[in-house]
Amino acid sequence: MNEALEAVIRLGIGAGVIMIALWLSLVLKGFDRKFAAWLQARYGPPLRQPFWDVFKLFQKENVVPERAVSWAFNGAPLMALVGSLVLVMFIPLGPVGGVVAGWMPVLEGYGDLILVVYLLAIPGLMMAIGGFASGSPLATVGAQREMVMMMSYEFPLAIVVLALAWRITNLSRGLESFSLKAIVENPLWGEVGILGIVGLALLFGVFFLIIPSELSKIPFDAPEAETEIGGGIIAEYSGTNLGLFYIADAVKTLAFLSLAVALFVPYNISPLLNVGGIGAYVLDLLFWLFKVEVLYFLAVTVIRVGAARLKIDKLSWLYLVPLSALAVVGSLLLYLDTL
Amino acid sequence: MKLTKSFDKSLWVFHVNAASCNGCDIEIVAALTPRYDVERFGIKLVGTPRHADVLLVTGPVNRQMADRVRRVYEQTPGPKAVLICGNCGATSGVYYDSYCIEGPFDEFIKKVDPNAIIVYVPGCPVRPEAITFGVVQAWKALEKLRGEA
Ligand code: SF4
Repeated sequence: MNEALEAVIRLGIGAGVIMIALWLSLVLKGFDRKFAAWLQARYGPPLRQPFWDVFKLFQKENVVPERAVSWAFNGAPLMALVGSLVLVMFIPLGPVGGVVAGWMPVLEGYGDLILVVYLLAIPGLMMAIGGFASGSPLATVGAQREMVMMMSYEFPLAIVVLALAWRITNLSRGLESFSLKAIVENPLWGEVGILGIVGLALLFGVFFLIIPSELSKIPFDAPEAETEIGGGIIAEYSGTNLGLFYIADAVKTLAFLSLAVALFVPYNISPLLNVGGIGAYVLDLLFWLFKVEVLYFLAVTVIRVGAARLKIDKLSWLYLVPLSALAVVGSLLLYLDTL
Repeated sequence: MKLTKSFDKSLWVFHVNAASCNGCDIEIVAALTPRYDVERFGIKLVGTPRHADVLLVTGPVNRQMADRVRRVYEQTPGPKAVLICGNCGATSGVYYDSYCIEGPFDEFIKKVDPNAIIVYVPGCPVRPEAITFGVVQAWKALEKLRGEA
């Protein structure tokens, strides 16, 4: 196949993936709000609520404050959305391996796990830039907290990713070390001994606790903290810009949860039930959605309903000291397992 | 701009306390609790007027608050509606003729914006059911706006 044709095909698939990701991420947000309401013994908004929120925000007046740096203020939400959509291109959205071994993210092969970790920082970074650019003291406080938070959780995240990548190369099957594809196709749980399983479980636990903070959800929502600094980073945003941030947040949530699924539970259900053909694919897709939703429910919904906001210093300490230490212990166990 | 149906399905509310006695504010919190659960209708309390579609105002406007309330109203991006909760916002209520009062709120806001959409919810304090009903009235007012545009 010549390169131009391949590029066109990838573009087409990419556009489709973007539409699916936008739709799916808002639906998942609807489930999140519904489940949160149920946990609080409420009825909760309908599943379509996030769509209405977004459409409403697009109809509102878009205020740019007088003291804001307008190009950065308007550019940040757009870049945040673009960042999370590019992220979706590198992470498998859907089941991988099994019957549909060839199915991989659109840009598979063009970037590895290191790129994904960097891309994950983009929406947060853009929110911080937007916050600094809005010229409001509340937004500045929020933006500073976002920076502190990013510096805190990136450290354990990097350790987890490095440990996994190292163990994958150690399988000595000539796999590329940081390739998501290699990690997804060789689930580590079956490859390691008992020490390694304990280590992997520790790493999974750390990653699990990084999820709510990476997504700035309660109790790790100090940058937004609407009861305290009135929305913080996004305090000055309204209308379309706020809508873009809303979607970017939803898409990033979807991307990060699928990353978690791909890294730690990339299993399919069809081999277990002995189904083949198209039925297997449907089954695997449903199972994948189920995994993502379970992770969403446990790591985001339950935690955000059950906990109160942490102060930014405690939050930073939590990630930099205990969780990083746990991640290091997990990596050491993985190493000891190979000896 | 033409408003679509999704507008009134998702009203975000910013709560302004313009020198109220706190009676109405407690009832507003009650409207958010599992018993009344206004989030069913997509109503959400937000932390900044920039995100709001509805300003929920309690209390008569006293001199200290007058300028602040006016600024909060102007900071809210349109289209927007004002929901006045409680007797004292609508008529000054028990504070009628007091030396420190600038309101009632509606006269005061009409000076800033003659076309403001204002919905009154009477009661001292208002009941949560009445607040929910008031929001429905705000929908209707916004629907009218939809007809005109
Ligand atoms: S209406 Fe009554 S309860 Fe409500 S703020 Fe005024 S005085 Fe207080």
